[in-house]
Amino acid sequence: MKLMEYQGKDLFRRVGIPTPSGVYATTPGDVKTYLAAHPGSWVLKSQVMMGGRGKAGGIKFADDAQQGETLARELIGKVLKSIQNPDGEEVKSLLVEEKVDIASEAYVSIAIDRAAKKPVVLVTAQGGMDVEEVAEHDPGAIVKYWIDPAAGYSPYIGRQLAFDAKLPEGFRKAFPAILGALYTLFMDYGANLVEINPLVLTRDGRVIASDAKVELDDNGLYKHPDVAEWNKQSPADEDQAAAVAIGLGMSNYARFADEPGLPAKTVGTIANGAGLGMGTMDAVKNAGGGAANFLDIGGGAQAELVKNSYKLVTSDARVKAMFINIFGGITRGDQVAKGIVEALSGDDVRKVPLVVRLTGTNAKEGLAILADAGFVPVETMDEGAARAVALANGSK
Amino acid sequence: MAIYLDKNSKVIVQGITGREGAFHTQRMLAYGTNIVGGVTPGKGGTTIESGQPVFNTVKDAVEATGATHSIIFVPPFAGADALWEAHAAGITLAVCITEGIPAHDMLRVVATTDGMRIIGGNCPGIISPGKSLVGIMPGHVFKEGNVGMISRSGTLTYEIVDGLTRAGLGQSTCVGIGGDPIIGTTFVDCLREFANDPETKAIVVAGEIGGSDEEDAAAFIKEHIADKPVVAFIGGRSAPKGKRLGHAGAIISGNTGTPESKVKAFADAGVPVADRPSEIPALLAERLKLVPA
Repeated sequence: MKLMEYQGKDLFRRVGIPTPSGVYATTPGDVKTYLAAHPGSWVLKSQVMMGGRGKAGGIKFADDAQQGETLARELIGKVLKSIQNPDGEEVKSLLVEEKVDIASEAYVSIAIDRAAKKPVVLVTAQGGMDVEEVAEHDPGAIVKYWIDPAAGYSPYIGRQLAFDAKLPEGFRKAFPAILGALYTLFMDYGANLVEINPLVLTRDGRVIASDAKVELDDNGLYKHPDVAEWNKQSPADEDQAAAVAIGLGMSNYARFADEPGLPAKTVGTIANGAGLGMGTMDAVKNAGGGAANFLDIGGGAQAELVKNSYKLVTSDARVKAMFINIFGGITRGDQVAKGIVEALSGDDVRKVPLVVRLTGTNAKEGLAILADAGFVPVETMDEGAARAVALANGSK
Repeated sequence: MAIYLDKNSKVIVQGITGREGAFHTQRMLAYGTNIVGGVTPGKGGTTIESGQPVFNTVKDAVEATGATHSIIFVPPFAGADALWEAHAAGITLAVCITEGIPAHDMLRVVATTDGMRIIGGNCPGIISPGKSLVGIMPGHVFKEGNVGMISRSGTLTYEIVDGLTRAGLGQSTCVGIGGDPIIGTTFVDCLREFANDPETKAIVVAGEIGGSDEEDAAAFIKEHIADKPVVAFIGGRSAPKGKRLGHAGAIISGNTGTPESKVKAFADAGVPVADRPSEIPALLAERLKLVPA
C-alpha cells in the first residue's frame, strides 16, 4: 500500500520525525481559512501518488489567503500528467505547508534488501533529486548500510552514515535520532520503503522532512487498523479493490493495458496459484495473443469464488475468449467446474467462448460437470492458450 | 540421499488439529511421511484419529518424539511465533506453508534462528519422491529419480514436474521455496545441497519475475556447478512493470526483477531458459545424454 505524502507525514510525526507546519485541505475554503489565520508564505502541494508532480504543475506558492484560495481552486480537480504517468491523476486534496528557507538538502531512505534479508539504508548529501539519477551520475555519493534486525538500530549507525555521506555539519546533531525514528517506523509499521527526499536543513538550523514517501507491506496492515482504514477510504488500485470485493487476495487480480506493437489483450485468464497464473498469461503471449488479465483463484477455491472470478474477468469488455487453466492440488476440479456452470447459468454474466484445461485432483468429476456447459476441453496449457487465442480472433 | 528430507526424517505438524493442518496430515501420512505427532496448544495429551499424539508445545513434542522437522499451518499473525517456537525447541528444518506473514516479522525471524533451516513461507513445501512429503503437493504427480527441482511457486511446480514424470524423468527432491519477498531458503541454498547430492544428476530452476534470486542462482551455477545440467524457466515474462501478481514477491520495480535480467544471467551461466514449461523435459533429456553415467 502506497501512502500519499500527507499520510506518510502523519506517520513521521507519530514516531517523532519533524515535518513542516501546515494543514491538509480538501477544499479551497479550507486553504483560505487556514492562510487567513496563519499569515506568511505557504506551499500548496497536490496530493497524488504519481511522481514528477512539481514538473506537472502540482505545486504552487501563496502569500495570502485570497491567492491561496484561487490557486487551490485551480489545483483541486486538475488532472496532472507526467512522463511517468501519461494518463494523469486527478488532484483531490492538498497539503498546505510553511515555505521553508533551505540551506541544504539531503536524502535518506530505508528499504528491504531481499537478497541480504536485511533493511538497507541509503544516505546521500545530494537530496532533492531522483536518487536513481544520483546513482547513475555519482554513485560514490550514495552511502549504504545494512541494519541487522536482530540487533536493531543504534545512534552510532546514524553518526557514521552522516560522516560517510559528508552531510553538512548542520545535519549531524539531528540525523541519528531522525534515522532511528525512521527505522522504528520502517519496522513497526512494516514498510517496504520509507524515503525522505529532501531532508532539509533550514537556514534557522532545523532539520525537517520536506517530503515523505512510504510504502507499506499489505500483509502487515492488520497491526495498524487505523492505517489500513486509509486504504479502504481511497483504494489506490481499481483491480485490487475488485479482487478484495469478491474475496480474492488484493494482488490476485490485475488487468493489463494494451501496448502499442503487441497483440490486443483479448484473452481472459484464470488459473490456480500465482506461478501457474503467470505461466498461463505467458502461454497466451507465446501463442500469439495477449492476456487481458492475471487472475489467481488461490488454493482450495470453492465454486462461489470461481463463479465471481469468471464474472470479474468478463466484465472487462476487451475479453473475447476465456482460458481457465487448473492444475488441481488442494484445488478440486469439481468445485472449479461447479463455479463455471453457475457463472454461465446466470443472466448477469457476459458469455464468451471458453477453453478449459482441468487436470489433477478431481479433474474427471469436474469435466463431467462441465460436459453440457459448452466449452472447449484441452489437455495442455500450450494447447489451451492456442485455442483461446484463435477463438478470441474470431475462429470457430 | 535426496536433500533436506529422507524417509527417516521425523516430522511434527504445528497446527495439526486445524482445518488445513488436519487435512494435509492425512495426505502426508498416506504418502508415507514419518509424522510422529503434532502441536495444538490446549489439546496436549490427546491423539488424532490416525493415532499420532498431540502436544501443547513444540518443546513437549520434540522431547517426546525426537522430531527434527516441522511443518507449520498457522494463521499469518502467528507465523513468526511458530517459527521461533520451533527454533527454541531444537527443530532443524521448518517448512512454513502459511501465506501472508508480514515481511518484517520474517526479517526478524531470519536474523534470529541460526541453526534452523526455514523453507517458505508461502510455499508448497518439500518432497523427496518415494521417501517423504512435507508439504501440500499432490504426491501422485511426482516420481522417484534424479532431477532436483526448485521453484518459487506451487502449481507451476506441479505443471513442470508432471511433464518431467511423463517424460520418464523422476525427481530426487523438489523444494518450493515460496513466493514471499523474505523467505528462509533461497535457490542458492538449495543449489549448494543439490551440487553435493550424489542422487541428483540434473536440476530445474523455476523462477519468476521480481527480486534477484534467479540472478544469484545463475551466478552460483556458473561458479560451482559444472557436472550437472541445469534448465531454467521464468514465470511472468509477459507481465508489465509495476504489477504485483499474486505472489507478494512477484513484481518488477525499476530495473530489478525484470525477465530480461534473469534470462541474461542464466544465459551467461550456460543455462537454457525454456519459453514454455512443456519444453523443459526435452531440454533436460538432451543435456543428460551428454553426462557420463
